[in-house]
Order: sequence, then C-alpha cells, then structure tokens
Amino acid sequence: MADPMRVRAAENGGIVDVKILMKHDMESGQRKDAAGKTIPAWFISTINVKANGKDVLNGQFGPAVSKDPFLNFKYKGAKGDKIVVSWVDSKGDKRTDEATAS
Amino acid sequence: MNQQRRSLLKYSAVFGLMASAGLISVAQAQEWNKAAFEGKSLDDVFKILGAGSPDKSAAVTLNAPDIAENGAVVPVGITTTLKAEQMAILVEKNPSSLAAQFFIPAGTEPFVTTRIKMGQTSNVYALVKADGKWSMAVKEVKVTLGGCGG
Repeated sequence: MADPMRVRAAENGGIVDVKILMKHDMESGQRKDAAGKTIPAWFISTINVKANGKDVLNGQFGPAVSKDPFLNFKYKGAKGDKIVVSWVDSKGDKRTDEATAS
Repeated sequence: MNQQRRSLLKYSAVFGLMASAGLISVAQAQEWNKAAFEGKSLDDVFKILGAGSPDKSAAVTLNAPDIAENGAVVPVGITTTLKAEQMAILVEKNPSSLAAQFFIPAGTEPFVTTRIKMGQTSNVYALVKADGKWSMAVKEVKVTLGGCGG
C-alpha cells in the first residue's frame, strides 16, 4: 500500500485553494541501476479530485512529473467541503485520501 | 396500480441508462492517454491531443523559473484568462514531451501548478484548450543539473 498523501484545502472568498503532495517515486524509466540495467518506469498516471462527490479536477501524469508529485489548483467552493483525492499508478496501485476545506 | 408500476419501471430504466452513461464518461476521463504520453516530439503530442498547431496567446501564462538548478524538480504553473477545459504541460527536449495533462470541469479555476522533471535546458510549453481551440505559451528553462539521467 502506498504512503498517504498530504492534502490541504483553504477557502478564501469563495475559492478553495487545494494543495496536494503525493508520495511516490515516479520512476522515469530513463534511469539505470548500479548494474547498468534500466529501471522500469513506475509513476502515478491518473489523479482525480472530488469535492462533495463532484469532480473538481482530473489529471494525467507522465513519468516526467517529479518524485513526490505536488499539485496546486483552485475551485469555487465553501468551507467544510469534503475533498477526496485518488490516484492510480502505472502498476495499478491506488491511494485515496480525504481532507476538509478550512 | 398497474399503470403506476409501469411508469416506475420506465423511470428505473431511464435512471439505469443515465447511470451507465455517467459511468462510461468517468471511465473515459480516467483512462490514461498512453499514446499522448509516449509521443516523442511536440508535433506527435499536438497531433494526438488534436491540437494541430496551437497559436501563442497572451491569455495563457506559464509560470516557470528562468534557470532551474535541479532538473528533477522544476515548478511549473499554468494560468489563463480563457475558459479552460484542458491544460497540458510539455517539455520539448524530454524523452517524451508530454509531462502532465489536466481536465478542468466547470467551477474549477483555470490555474494548475505542479513540479516536473527536465533532462536538459529546453522550451516548456503550456497548452490550454478553451472553446475547442488550443492556445499556448512557451518559455525556455535553463537546467544546470539534469533530472532524467542516472
């Protein structure tokens, strides 16, 4: 099971600012190990963010997104919105975490 | 009674259809666009995204550093005054150009920031799709230490 994400959401003037820090190695498939063999790519491929059950962002990542991906976006919302962030990686591993807009 | 039961049946059939239609669209949004992410050059990715040759637009702003000391972590942000439906970040000289793609539903601000890897100094492209038309902004980011090699 993958490590938990850090999700922070702050409401200001009707706009909720969401910051997500995912914990993932994001192997690019370009690196080689000590024996000179290519390390296969392994990365978060899709991410979905819902607020109160409604999609607020869908994203697709390639291996060029940095290790421990960071994501910041804003949507029209209110304090107390329940934010659910889920990702799926290229090996089918999944992780879902929740936060409440403050 | 019988009449009521019939209309109930009809409604449940309609709801069932709606639910399955909803499920289908969710599945499509979730599906990873393999071809686009494996596109080697900018033109490949533009073609797969259906962007053709996007026009440079002052309405699209790409926030990226002039010089990135560490190519493994380059902060990149896109904002636009357009009503964006989709946004994409491309790096011209990476092994695969497309770094990330975002789908912006109504009610979400056209603003996304993330961090990407860059193998070497390259132009970074911010693509925005609004009203079915793609626009872009370009900025060169100098990398002093690559983020893709071993």
